[in-house]
Amino acid sequence: MRPAWSVLFLTTWIGCAQGLAVALTAVALGAYGGLAAAHGVPQRALLIVLLLGAGGLVASFLHLGRPERAWRAAAMWRTSWLSREVIALPAFLGMAALCWAALRWGGTLSQLLACVLLALAAAVLWVCTAMIYAGVRFIREWATPWTLVNFVLMGLASGFILAALLFAWQGLPVRALVASALALTLAAALARTALFLRNARLQPAGSLATAIGVRSGAIQQISRGFTAGSFNLHEFTHGASAMRVAAVQVGFAVLGFVLPLALLGTAAGAAQPTAWLLAAWLLHMAGLVLERWWFFAQVNHPQNRYYAAAH
Amino acid sequence: MTQLALVIDLDVCVGCHACVTSCKQWNTSGAAGPLSDHDPYGPDTAGVFFNRVQTFEVGQFPNTQVVHFPKSCLHCEEPPCVPVCPTGASYKRKEDGIVLVDADKCIGCKYCAWACPYGAREFDEDRGIMTKCTLCVDRIYDEATPPERRKPACVNACPTHARLFGDVHDPESEVSQAIRSRGGYALMPELGTRPANHYLPRRAMVAAGLQDGAAGGPAVAQPRPQPPAHADMQPAMADTGECAAATALLRESESLLSRLFGRMAAGMGRRRGAAASPALPTKAQAGSICGGASGGCGCHAGVATPALGAAPLGGR
Repeated sequence: MRPAWSVLFLTTWIGCAQGLAVALTAVALGAYGGLAAAHGVPQRALLIVLLLGAGGLVASFLHLGRPERAWRAAAMWRTSWLSREVIALPAFLGMAALCWAALRWGGTLSQLLACVLLALAAAVLWVCTAMIYAGVRFIREWATPWTLVNFVLMGLASGFILAALLFAWQGLPVRALVASALALTLAAALARTALFLRNARLQPAGSLATAIGVRSGAIQQISRGFTAGSFNLHEFTHGASAMRVAAVQVGFAVLGFVLPLALLGTAAGAAQPTAWLLAAWLLHMAGLVLERWWFFAQVNHPQNRYYAAAH
Repeated sequence: MTQLALVIDLDVCVGCHACVTSCKQWNTSGAAGPLSDHDPYGPDTAGVFFNRVQTFEVGQFPNTQVVHFPKSCLHCEEPPCVPVCPTGASYKRKEDGIVLVDADKCIGCKYCAWACPYGAREFDEDRGIMTKCTLCVDRIYDEATPPERRKPACVNACPTHARLFGDVHDPESEVSQAIRSRGGYALMPELGTRPANHYLPRRAMVAAGLQDGAAGGPAVAQPRPQPPAHADMQPAMADTGECAAATALLRESESLLSRLFGRMAAGMGRRRGAAASPALPTKAQAGSICGGASGGCGCHAGVATPALGAAPLGGR
């Protein structure tokens, strides 16, 4: 499959926004020193949630052929996970705005309620986003609960690293937050490895024999039927060399997981952890974009059987 | 409930691409069009087509068959492309089962194309919307068109009458009879999409064990003396091999005769071929060639005569 840059940015940015929202809910529930000790950091963090989410929303329009009709995408929420995401993303952002208002003007109870609802909205959005991919049953690389686990864990990891960075920026104690971020990044790395191992020996759905309805195992496409380009050739191939795909895989493992884990470990013991955390978050986000690229590029779509010949 | 569909006879498809060009011509000028050609005279030409003819080689030399394989939307009865559409632009019509895209609602997110395992949908870059075979829905109900021409453009254009069109839910329709008598099959049935379009196997390949024959039964025979080149092929059945090869040859000549001289000549051909069998009504007669000579070798392909070329070309 050809990765669309807009979708890579959309899913990584809103994932981070959701993770940050969950971290704030944890703070509101009394973890990491609680709201009172946070000195207004959660409020500013909510603005960042809105910024990341809005950025993702804008990016999501860019891969549409007819962006002016995007509003129609909310119509089929009964059957389509994409439609559900189109509803869940603005709902999450709306909840973030309400939460910001509650932190500014509300009482303790309304603040707590708003934060819990925000975390729930984040969870719903994760399910919708991941099921867009996990729900396509003929794309076996995606059709697994590991897809959902990965989206959630990577979002949580990036969100908690960002939360730790914002706390450190304010000069607040971050040891506990960094420990959580470290654990979540490690969990995300393990889950990503599990998905990779699961997909390593996967065959595309169906078979070449049943794709054209013959019994022989010796089938070769002589002609795909045209010499020009087509949507089927473009959309379902990534166009990169095997070397580049392998480089991206190593890249997302190192940038997304290995280096951030090392940097988080350093930050946990550092007197001035801000710079370490900033580096960890930037590298992690870059790694996640590469991971999402690979998530698309790894797919060998069953339709490619019909387009195997060079012309 | 009606389910319109195409039934494609791989036995007579010669891979001429007349269905491809006629489809493009009709649909680029019709309600589904224009089917834009991106950069038509430049180095990166890419055009939208609803129908493609591909070619596959099956088996290993010298036991090979070249299969010309027309592929368009299969109008699945459980279309995976429809429920994923976020806008409802992709839908399956209740009245005739045609899967369509509403060009005014499509936002061009391409999610439906991801969900289709057959690669049946093509995105039109210039119009920013998804497109696909409509079974010429703007033609098959058009009262300004003579009734006998109210068929998809590809069906009207096919010079070998390899494409049949009709209601696969009506057991008496031409398409249902052809599917029954020839062992018509759907593509990748294991995926549960239940394609409405069917393909009729090639008799030579059924005989060679490379395709399933009538009623989905096991392959009949291996006519060649050589053993199968690949382990997946069915074991040779030398005792009935000659029957299958002779039957296939007979049917080919019947088909050709009927094209050249009409039904009468085809009937004569049959009588010559089945000299031992008594005079029977046409359908049973054709079936008896195979059954009589081989003791029930399982191929009932002859029953499909109305769908196969006994019908005069002018009827299309």
